[in-house]
Amino acid sequence: MTALEASGTGKAPAVDAKASAAGDHPVTPATSNPRRDARRKRLEIAIFVGPALLIFFTFVVFPMVMAARYSLYKWDSRQPFELAEFIGLDNYTRALIGGTDPETQEIFWKAYAEPFWNAVGNNGQIIVLSMLIQLPVAMIVALVLNRKFAGRSSVRLIIFAPYVLAEVTAGLMWMMLLDPRGPVTQMIQGLGLPTPSQGWLEDPTWGFWTFFFIVSWKYIGLAIILFLAGLAGVPQELQEAASIDGASWWQVQWRINIPLIGPTVRVWAFLSIIGSIQLFDMAWVLNKGGSTGQYSTIATLMVDIGTQRNDGGYASALAIIMFIFSMSAALAYMALIMRRDTANGRTRKAKKGVKA
Amino acid sequence: MTTATTTGATVSPTRKGASRARAQLTGDSSIYITIFVALVAVALTLGPIIYLGLGGFRSNGQIAADPTGLPDPWVWQNYWNILTNSTFWRYTLNSLIVAGATTLGVVVFGTMAAYPLARYQFRGREGVFIIFTAGLMFPLTVAIFPLFLLLQDLGLKGMWGLVVPQVAFALPVTVIIMRPFLAALPDELEEAAFMDGLTRVGFFFRMILPLAKPGMVTVGVLAFLGSWNAYLLPLVILTGRDAPKTLPLGVTEFQGQNASDFAGIMAYTFLAMIPALVFFLMMERRIVDGLSGAVKG
Repeated sequence: MTALEASGTGKAPAVDAKASAAGDHPVTPATSNPRRDARRKRLEIAIFVGPALLIFFTFVVFPMVMAARYSLYKWDSRQPFELAEFIGLDNYTRALIGGTDPETQEIFWKAYAEPFWNAVGNNGQIIVLSMLIQLPVAMIVALVLNRKFAGRSSVRLIIFAPYVLAEVTAGLMWMMLLDPRGPVTQMIQGLGLPTPSQGWLEDPTWGFWTFFFIVSWKYIGLAIILFLAGLAGVPQELQEAASIDGASWWQVQWRINIPLIGPTVRVWAFLSIIGSIQLFDMAWVLNKGGSTGQYSTIATLMVDIGTQRNDGGYASALAIIMFIFSMSAALAYMALIMRRDTANGRTRKAKKGVKA
Repeated sequence: MTTATTTGATVSPTRKGASRARAQLTGDSSIYITIFVALVAVALTLGPIIYLGLGGFRSNGQIAADPTGLPDPWVWQNYWNILTNSTFWRYTLNSLIVAGATTLGVVVFGTMAAYPLARYQFRGREGVFIIFTAGLMFPLTVAIFPLFLLLQDLGLKGMWGLVVPQVAFALPVTVIIMRPFLAALPDELEEAAFMDGLTRVGFFFRMILPLAKPGMVTVGVLAFLGSWNAYLLPLVILTGRDAPKTLPLGVTEFQGQNASDFAGIMAYTFLAMIPALVFFLMMERRIVDGLSGAVKG
């Protein structure tokens, strides 16, 4: 982080200095002819930036645009797209309200809108629960671990390890552990507590919570590591001064440490929200979102419809809806919450490196 | 990262109040709470992974008889079967090739693109940069089906079909990390280099590339990990018998074909975890730095 942080803070003056220098004389004194130099410079820029821009437009921007286009068609994706039929926004209204045709609305509500809203609800619940459960747990762990003790770096390393595992391996591991005849069931039964008869993930009420637990196990390490990195930047003198004045451990955390790592927490929250909206791998590995969609997400629904039902138009509409959700979450978040941070000097410097 | 050590350096030991305060902050009784929390966190993290690894050393009979027991006797067969199976190694090799090629592509094209964006003056520079930043909003999930069709139309099959899109989707974060990194290299360096007759291109190859190595390693490590763990793109693209499947697909394939072989699945899953864990141990600093750097950006 240090290198990047330094680069972030060093950026602004560097640009200013260069801008004024560029006004007076050509940056490269290698050629004497300014016009030839300008042409050469444009060529260099094209050669350096061109390939990345070309790849980016071809494989990121173009497919996005095509997804928007496909979403307006009724299209069996086993057929060539030329045979698709333009149906306007029908795919969207089907997802949202079961279509506009009163005759089919009831059937379509069951077939399209119900699974859609179920998935949206699951995504939403994961966002809310991340803020209500993952955030406080990660915060407490980070605050308690933010001190010197034997084996500190190993502990941090271990806590972060699940984050780097593939969702596939972590998901399968938990599937083994949570098997109806598996070790977790046995241990809980050993404590004399009841266990769901269909298994943890298949139970209508426990399924979602089990999934949320697995997701938290996988991703909470990132929150803890980011918070610890933020805490390392809080000046120790502040905490000491407060302690001398008689502040308790909790008061120091509550009044000094937590407010000062606010920007880190907000950035984590932002990442968590975007990640929750786009959640796919883990839910798909664990039996494709559950046999009754206990923890299906918009993304698993989309892939299910695209690959199993070959409804290319409807799957694309779901993709675009997901994109709209993440885009609006990102914009709203930046407007409402991150603005406070950019207005504040400490983080402005870091941000400028990117935005300048 | 090292709060406690820096304090030791800045607070002089003669300041009794401060050291008493520190004793209270990092107080004697609360160290037990810290150690308790640390132990619980470590147990919750490592416990499942260790169980998985040990489960691979048991037989299905042992697991059925006592799910929570230890291997007794130790069974080497599960691991041995997988490690002598050529498909496991082929999938691992495929994953390695795809992740390696993705990393190379991301680092080369990302650094090249970041150089003019960081150190040239030209109109439209910020516009180009904003285009890349906006790319963060376009997740691969949203574009997956059109991407699949596009790759078919272009004839990009197998590993190339994975590498090229993965490079494309990793470029935004790479440019965002590399640009400030390159911009931070001192201007004096550039002036001195030009004075010595180096061109801007020469400056890129002679100065930027060697000096930007830490940044390149960071973005490279993140790209490698992302590609190694990728699931959705291989799932959609690598269909068919001859497709060069990657390890995550191999894990689910094994599970699908041997659904009742608990011990075998455990062994396979554990073996599939090991490369990522080893890579993480080697590159831990870079991964954490890269992530918190990307977060800062």
